[in-house]
Amino acid sequence: MPALHDIIREGRLIAGHRPWPRAMVSARQWQLAAAEAADGRLTLSGLWGDAGVVHMALLDEESGAAAVLSLECPEGRFPSVGRLHPPAIRLERALRDIHGLEPVDCPDPRPWIDHGAGAPYPFLTAEGDSLHQIAVGPVHAGIIEPGHFRFTANGETVVRLEERLGYVHRGIEKLMRGAMLEQGAKLAERVSGDSTVAYALAFARAVEAALELEPPPRALYIRGLMAELERLANHLGDIGAICNDASFAMMHAHCGILRERVLRAADGCFGHRLMRDCIRPGGVVKDIDGAGLALLEALVKDIRSYFPALVKLYDNTASLQDRTVTTGILKPALARQYGAGGYVGRASGRAFDVRRNIAYPPYDELEFDVPSLSDGDVNARVWIRIREVEQSLSLIEQMMARLPAGPVITTLPRCAGEGMSLVEGFRGDVLIWLRLGDDGRIARCHLRDPSWFQWPLLEAVIEGNIVADFPLCNKSFNCSYAGHDL
Amino acid sequence: MLKFLLQGLTRPPLTEAPPAPEDAELAALAARLQAAARRRLGRSLSIREVDAGSCNACELEIHALNNAYYDVERFGLRFVASPRHADVLLVTGPVTNNMRQALERTYNATPNPKWVVAVGDCAIDGGCFAGSAVVEGGVSKIIPVDIHIPGCPPPPLETLKGLLTLLEQM
Repeated sequence: MPALHDIIREGRLIAGHRPWPRAMVSARQWQLAAAEAADGRLTLSGLWGDAGVVHMALLDEESGAAAVLSLECPEGRFPSVGRLHPPAIRLERALRDIHGLEPVDCPDPRPWIDHGAGAPYPFLTAEGDSLHQIAVGPVHAGIIEPGHFRFTANGETVVRLEERLGYVHRGIEKLMRGAMLEQGAKLAERVSGDSTVAYALAFARAVEAALELEPPPRALYIRGLMAELERLANHLGDIGAICNDASFAMMHAHCGILRERVLRAADGCFGHRLMRDCIRPGGVVKDIDGAGLALLEALVKDIRSYFPALVKLYDNTASLQDRTVTTGILKPALARQYGAGGYVGRASGRAFDVRRNIAYPPYDELEFDVPSLSDGDVNARVWIRIREVEQSLSLIEQMMARLPAGPVITTLPRCAGEGMSLVEGFRGDVLIWLRLGDDGRIARCHLRDPSWFQWPLLEAVIEGNIVADFPLCNKSFNCSYAGHDL
Repeated sequence: MLKFLLQGLTRPPLTEAPPAPEDAELAALAARLQAAARRRLGRSLSIREVDAGSCNACELEIHALNNAYYDVERFGLRFVASPRHADVLLVTGPVTNNMRQALERTYNATPNPKWVVAVGDCAIDGGCFAGSAVVEGGVSKIIPVDIHIPGCPPPPLETLKGLLTLLEQM
């Protein structure tokens, strides 16, 4: 049973990769690591291509250790990880489409991000009496992102759901190549708009890791405030939206009010409702003043007095509970296998939160709980988010009380380096890996959204549920299309 | 639940809450919008939103138009589920190669007369995604656009102003 550091030790360590080690490994070690992930001893956290090289990020959740394994593929081929460990399959399909590297023996030969010139996509089949198909998307009925869902149903019961994604592919990783850091930060913030702060933070932390640099303490706390405001806004909005998908519009209306108040407070403090262009490598470019702190204080007080009645409303409405309890159950084993992050994992017994397990400042100095449940249904996912709203409020108060004085940004040296970061967004762990050239430009940047390990699980969760419960299941996952498609 | 319903009856609606500066602006807009919408379209304008490659920030802010603070339905602006029911297509994103066909089809499925509003910086010219080989670089490259609403993303009030401008141009 080689542990993560044993695998790394057998490889050739690459200097200048921070904060976790990176090693060039042989094809045998590569497959050994894939087998460790398949056996559940390591968690696959990312798999991406580079010039003639593939990289695989692995986590040892118990010890909080992380590492990147790199394999050279001079012939443009590498042994498939997905062959042993299914969570890697879509990553490998995307890698083949975007980088032209071939995962040998990958179980799924179909393209993923590259939709080609209108060639028909071979959906998986389902056979049996009385089955019919329902095709939904890419343009949906609501104000949501584009993606295609192919349901095969027996009457009302879903027998198989297959997702087809890639509609929002904007080529962000290619745009990153050769970009200056400012442009890179802007692009990162626009990977998935609902996670603007999480991506800006992850990008900044990856750059800071590469340059071996720590931002001023005040900047760390202001980043924390922004991250928790973003979490609050998304959780509040989504709790209401999930109820709305069960036709309980009253909850949606009230939660929408609270979400709007969070966005207005963010606008008042930092000058942008979604806090865009606030976090940059080296610190933050928007400081918070006394008036801003007063706004936040009032916001926390407001939500504290408003939200409990909404929670009670959710809990005491039998017709709503009838829709959410036992609907869309994600089994804990699947959540573990896929390393599902965020509320999706935590509602199914995977109590992983980067803020706790691989703590980064300011969270290493703050007190908070990481709520976790094992029911894995829509109701459990709602409850995790309710609990996280409460935790975020407490975190905001703690950060305001401890907010250090001083500068908020430091200047960056111009040098080469490799850095990686893991940041807990509202949806789960965002991974960013990058390499900076001598000229200070981005040579390669990979951004992995938590949705990569959540989308496939939605297909499993809906099986045996009725078609009408799909919106509920989908909203309770709330995976990002844009974050996934890049 | 009863408590909430009773409170809803007795409390004043948020949309008429004492005006902060931007709320006053909203009220003035509402009056103009209502008059314009009535004049041109009878009583309502049906909007179909199409994400053609946005990062979803524009969607979040367009969603906010429906919350109790902005409540656009009171102006007769309504988001509909199908382009067949729409007068206006509200399009976001730089138009990715992979969404081009879907956008064209949605446009063709919308009955005449129809208007197209491009929302957000990247819908105008690709924004920060301009130059990517897999995006078309703006909505007007694919379908005729009547009005552009800049912003990244435009706040709800800006989108509302844009729709008003459109109504006055119709």
